[in-house]
Parts: sequence; C-alpha cells; structure tokens
Amino acid sequence: MFCWLRGIIIGLSVLVLSFAAYGREISREQITGLDEQIQEIKSDVLSIAVELNQIEEKLLYPSNTQVAVFVSLVSGETFRLDSVEIQLDGKPVAHHLYTFKELEALQNGGVQRIYTGNIRSGDHDLQVSVIGKSSGGADFRKTERFKVNKDVGPKIVEISMAAQSISLKDR
Amino acid sequence: MYRLFVLLTILIVAASSASAGTSNPKELKDLYFGEALYYAFQGDWFDAIARLDTELMQHHGVDEPERDTLYYHINQAEFDVGDFELHYRMHQRAGRAITAVIEGNVEETVRNEAIFRLARIYFQKDQPLNALYAVERISGTVPPRIRDDLAFLRSQILMANGRFAEAARILRDLQDAESLEGFITYNLGIALLKDGKALEGRQYLDRTGRIDSNDALTLAIKDKSNLVLGSKLLEEKKFEDAKQVLDRVRLNGPFSNRALLGSGWADAFQGRFERALVPWSILVTREVTDASAQEVMLAVPYAYGKLNVHSKAAVMYGSGLEKFSTEIDKLGASIKSIREGHFLRALVREELKQDANWVVKLRKLPQTPETYYLLELMASHDFQESLKNYFDLEQLRKKLKDWQGDLDAFEEIIEQRRAYYEPLLPAIDRKFRRLDSQMRLRLEQRDRIEKRLKAMLVVPRPDYLATSKERTIREQIALLERKLAAGGTTVSGGVEARIKRLRGVLHWNIYTEYDRRFTEAHKHLRDLNHEVDRLKTQYNAFVRTRQAATQSYEGYDDVICRQKFQIQKAWEKVGELMARQGHMLETMAVNELTRRLERLAEFQIKARFAMADSYDRATRAQTEERVSR
Repeated sequence: MFCWLRGIIIGLSVLVLSFAAYGREISREQITGLDEQIQEIKSDVLSIAVELNQIEEKLLYPSNTQVAVFVSLVSGETFRLDSVEIQLDGKPVAHHLYTFKELEALQNGGVQRIYTGNIRSGDHDLQVSVIGKSSGGADFRKTERFKVNKDVGPKIVEISMAAQSISLKDR
Repeated sequence: MYRLFVLLTILIVAASSASAGTSNPKELKDLYFGEALYYAFQGDWFDAIARLDTELMQHHGVDEPERDTLYYHINQAEFDVGDFELHYRMHQRAGRAITAVIEGNVEETVRNEAIFRLARIYFQKDQPLNALYAVERISGTVPPRIRDDLAFLRSQILMANGRFAEAARILRDLQDAESLEGFITYNLGIALLKDGKALEGRQYLDRTGRIDSNDALTLAIKDKSNLVLGSKLLEEKKFEDAKQVLDRVRLNGPFSNRALLGSGWADAFQGRFERALVPWSILVTREVTDASAQEVMLAVPYAYGKLNVHSKAAVMYGSGLEKFSTEIDKLGASIKSIREGHFLRALVREELKQDANWVVKLRKLPQTPETYYLLELMASHDFQESLKNYFDLEQLRKKLKDWQGDLDAFEEIIEQRRAYYEPLLPAIDRKFRRLDSQMRLRLEQRDRIEKRLKAMLVVPRPDYLATSKERTIREQIALLERKLAAGGTTVSGGVEARIKRLRGVLHWNIYTEYDRRFTEAHKHLRDLNHEVDRLKTQYNAFVRTRQAATQSYEGYDDVICRQKFQIQKAWEKVGELMARQGHMLETMAVNELTRRLERLAEFQIKARFAMADSYDRATRAQTEERVSR
C-alpha cells in the first residue's frame, strides 16, 4: 500500500511541475517548422494586403477626387465617445459606434479613418455629430459644421474631439 | 526538475512583458501612421502591419521623402513595424526589422531598446545563447521605461544559459522594481536553489509566498511560490513545514487544488489522517475533472481506511469508481469528438472569441470535448502558440476569401468604366486636339505681342499701335499717292496738299496718342494674361480628368491577374497549413485526454482493489467484533 502512496506523491510532484511537458509526442522541431511556415505565409499575405491597399486607393479613390476623414481625441480627454456621424454636403456618409477597445485606442493616441470617398474640387459642407458621456456621467450631443475645400490633391481632414468642442484640422 | 520551474516563470513573465512597447508620438503629423497605431492599440496586428507597410513603401518610393509627413515619424515607424510583427508572432521578420534599426543610424537609446526587443525574441523562441549575445551588445544609455524589464530579461537569459549566480546578482539589485513584484523574488529563489544555495533560495520563495498584494498576477505568483516551496519541502520529507507553506495558498486560486492535495499528504505522511481529511474533504467536492480532485477520491477513502473506518472507505471507493467510470466515458467521447473535427470547428466560432471565458463555454456546445480536461494543456506555451497560429490562419483564410470577392468587384468596376469611357473618348480627343492647336496658336500670338511691347519700352514704335481704321486710311492714302505718281495725270495742287494734310493728321494722331495707347495695350495684355491663366487651369483640369479617365480602367489587368494568382496560391497554402496546425492541436488534445484517461483507468484498477480490500477489512472487523462480543 505504501508503494501506491509513494506513487501518488510522485504523481503529485509531476503534476505540479508538468505544464511544459504536454503534447510531448509532437516534437519541438515539428512545432518550430510549422511555425516558421506560418510566419512565411503571414508575410506573403501581408505583401498581398499592401499591394491591394495601393490598388484600392488608385482605383476607388484617385487623388484628384479623394477625401479622407480621420477622427482623433484630444490628448488627455477622458469623456466616453459613443458614436460619430459624418455628413458630407448634407448626405450621411459615415456612422460609427465605438467599442471599448476602439475608444481606448483613440485615447492612447490612435487615429481612426472613419471615411474615405470621392468629391469634386471646390467647397463642401462637412457636418460632424457626436454622442457621448462626459467624465461626470452626463449625456452630451454635439454637432459642428465645417467648410472643406477640395483642390487637386487628396483631401485629408482630421476631426479632433474634446468634451467641450469639435475642431477640424486641414492636413 | 527546476528547469520546469524556470520555464514556468519565463512563460508568465514573457507574457506579462509582451504588452509593453507601442507608444504614440508626441505630435502626430502623419494620420495614416496614426491609423496604424489605432489598429495596434486594439491588438489588430495584421491591419496595423499592413497599414504601416503600405505607408513605409509609399514613403520610400517618393522622390523627396523629407516632404512626406511620415518623414517626421520614420524612425518610430521602422521600429514599430518590427514591434507589431513581434506581436503578430512573425519573429523572423521582426528580427530582421529590428536588426535593421540596430544597424541604422539611430540614437543610442533607440538602438538599445531595439536590441532589448531582439533579445526578447530570441529568448521567446527558445534560443537562449543568441539572446545572451544580443543582450551583451547593449551599452550606454537605456530608456528608463525598459530599464527594469531589461534587467529582468537579462536575468532570465542568464538562468536559461545556466548562469544562475550572475542571474541572482542582477535579481538582487532589482528587488525594488514594483512592476515586477513577486516575480523577482520568485526567480531569485529559483536561481539560488539552482546555484546550490538551497537555504537562501527557500527564503526568497518563502518571502514571495508572504507578499501582501491585491494584484491578481502578484497573488498568482505568490500562490505558485508557496506551491513550489511546499512541494519541495514535501519531497524532502519536511512535512510540518510543507503543510504550513501549502496552507498559505488561496483556496480560490488556480493552484488551490494542488495545494489542498499536498497539504493533506503532509498530514498523512505524519500519520495524522484525521487532519489530512480536512483539506481533502474540501477538494473532493470540487470539479470532478480536476486531476487533484480525482486523486483525492482515492486519498480520502485511504485515510478512512487508515482510521479503521473501512466501511466508509469501501463506500467512498465505490463512489470514486462510479465517478472514474463516468469520466472515462466522457474522455472517450471527447477523444472521439476531437477526432471527428468538432473541436477545431468549435474553436473558430466567432461568438466564443467575444468571451474571455470561451474555453469553458466551449464544453457547453454540442459534440465538443470536455474542455475542463484541456484547461492546463491550453495554458501551456506550445498549445497557446499553436492555437494562436490556428486563429491567425483562420483570419488569413477569411481575408483571402474577402479579397477574392474584392478583386472580382474591381474587375467589374473596371469593365463598366471601360464600357463607358471607350466610346466617348475618341470624339473627345479629336475635339480636344482641335482646341489644343487653336489654343497654342493664340498663345504664340500673345507671346509675340508681349515681346513687341517689351521692345517698345526701349524703342518706341507708335505705328505698331495704330488702330485698324488708321491702318486702312494709311493704306488708302498710300494708294492715292501711288496712283498720282504713276498716272501722270494733272491734278490740282490742292489735292496733293490735302493728301499730305491727311497723312499729317494721321501721323499726328498716332504719335500724340502713343502713350495712352501704349498704357492701354499693357492693360489689355494683363487682362489677356488673366484669361490665359484661366484657360490653362481649365486645360490642366481637362488633361488630368482625361488621364484619370484612362487610368480608371487601364493598367490594372496584369496587377489584378497577378494578385488573383497570389491570393489563390496563398489560399491553398493557408488551407494546407491550417490542416497541419489543426491536426497538431488535435493530437495535443487527444494526447492530453488519453494521458488523463490512462491515469483514470489506473485509478479505477487501484480503487477496485482498494474497495475489495476495504470490504474484506470491514467484514473482518465486523466478524471480529461479533466474535469478541
């Protein structure tokens, strides 16, 4: 009986320390070899993605008509952004509801490209509507109108959000 | 044995430090770079790398990179792309990108941080010697935010290379680092034990096991330290000390089951079976799939047997046998389910990915295996990496499928544009060529006038500014004069004088009005220039639009054809790799379940013998009691 008991004790020790020992029938070489091949295919697919990005931009958004609208948060802002709606010349072109991860990414300094489209050269109306919650917990809803002038090159605008204001930066 | 401890520690800390890195620039000049960061901050590494690669490629392709907005972030962008690749577990490419940064013309702090990351890659990829060579290249100033992490990594690398004394020295100096509370003293304990300083090593493990903290990770390492130290003491037959240490492990922590089992054995080894039953009775009510809980189903009746309560022991062995049998059936069904592919199909279900507790939820789905048996396997490094690879491949498969659809749509757009523009363009081009030649002619005329006016500033030429009426009159006068001279007819002297007077008047007007006319001519030229500018703008706009019309459907065929081929090739490769990776995961899972099944089968045999033995003893005891009575 004592042998059996010792067997259990040894079993216990092995159990405590055996995280890395699982799946031992699959060799380290097999895991590494497959992992390297997966890295290669990731690299190949990324190259395809880069080329597709370029084709898409050239084909769908040529520079003479391209307009891109980006959304950012003013550094240090803690208000909760729930949604943003963009209207261009009176037509809604983008509407986005923010997840917690997206909001956190904006708070960390990331910039979201909310809309890419095509417009004629000249002046255009851009309307931005924001729904959110202030850091105090109060609901707020804000709308701002801006004039955007499109010329020959691609038009890039940044809408910068703060609890108190929405501003437009022409890039 | 301690190699396993070290590996465990390495895994926990490697995972905790992997999130450090990406930071946003002080002032963002390039919004597309900001977009790459937006994806990176969400852990969407594929899109982050694809965006940044696109930007970097465009940046390196422009004639004057210093005029590109990415120019202001280029060092960080080059650095970040390696960092993103590292997070996306593309260690080979990340290594190359980081090496490029190291070899580039960068500041010392940037270079040192890059080497730190490269060393971490080698370390994570189980190449401790390369990691050591890398980390030894760090010299000079190190960014303050990675100083502690670097020292800790250095100690881990030294431990992995068997240089425990040096590792211990570094860890001793690092003890004040709050962000690594618990991990440093734990590793220091392990390093000292490996270095042969058992007493000191145990002291550090003991110190880790007494840390007062509310942080979940610190509490986990605290529990782990107590479990490791307790197990070691148990092995060294220091049962009383082992029990004290094992009893410090939280009852609701991930290590509690093993600690309860060990604590019971610490008492049992000292013959204190009543006391052993206290932790074991708690453990025996826990999740039946847990290895410790299964083991205790034998241990509890064993303790009752030792306490001469053989009837109770026999009943409990019987109950254990029933449970073992149920679990063996469950494991058999789980192995079958995995072999039939249900496990892999369930793994990639979208709704499960939204839930942090998805592994547990998986077991509730029909025909999926009993995942409680796989929890420990799923926490292992190899399985985790394989699983992440499988998820990544699934993501690639979906992307490739979407792109195939995108390319079909692009082709349709191109065809529609071609069908619209091609019949229109020849007529437009003809008209444009006609207008273009007219325009060139007029522009040449304008240039001539301008040249002439400029010359007249130096040499005034009033005759150039005669009106058309004046020119006609001048020609008529000249005609009359020629007729008079050639005809030989006699005319009165009055006619000749009148002709002269007329010429005089004409001359007078042209010369006296010259200044005014010259000013007016300049004014008209300015007006003309204005019109010419407008014309040129329109002309350029037309040329651009005309070019854009052609470019909107020409020159894509080869690119799209090549892309389709590459996507198809990648699609096939991804399918093949997914099958291999999936098979590997299934094998790991089946191996694990088989191991547990065999263990349970062993328990079942032991329980059967022990139950029979307990019944015999119980019967014998009853007989003896009857006889004595």
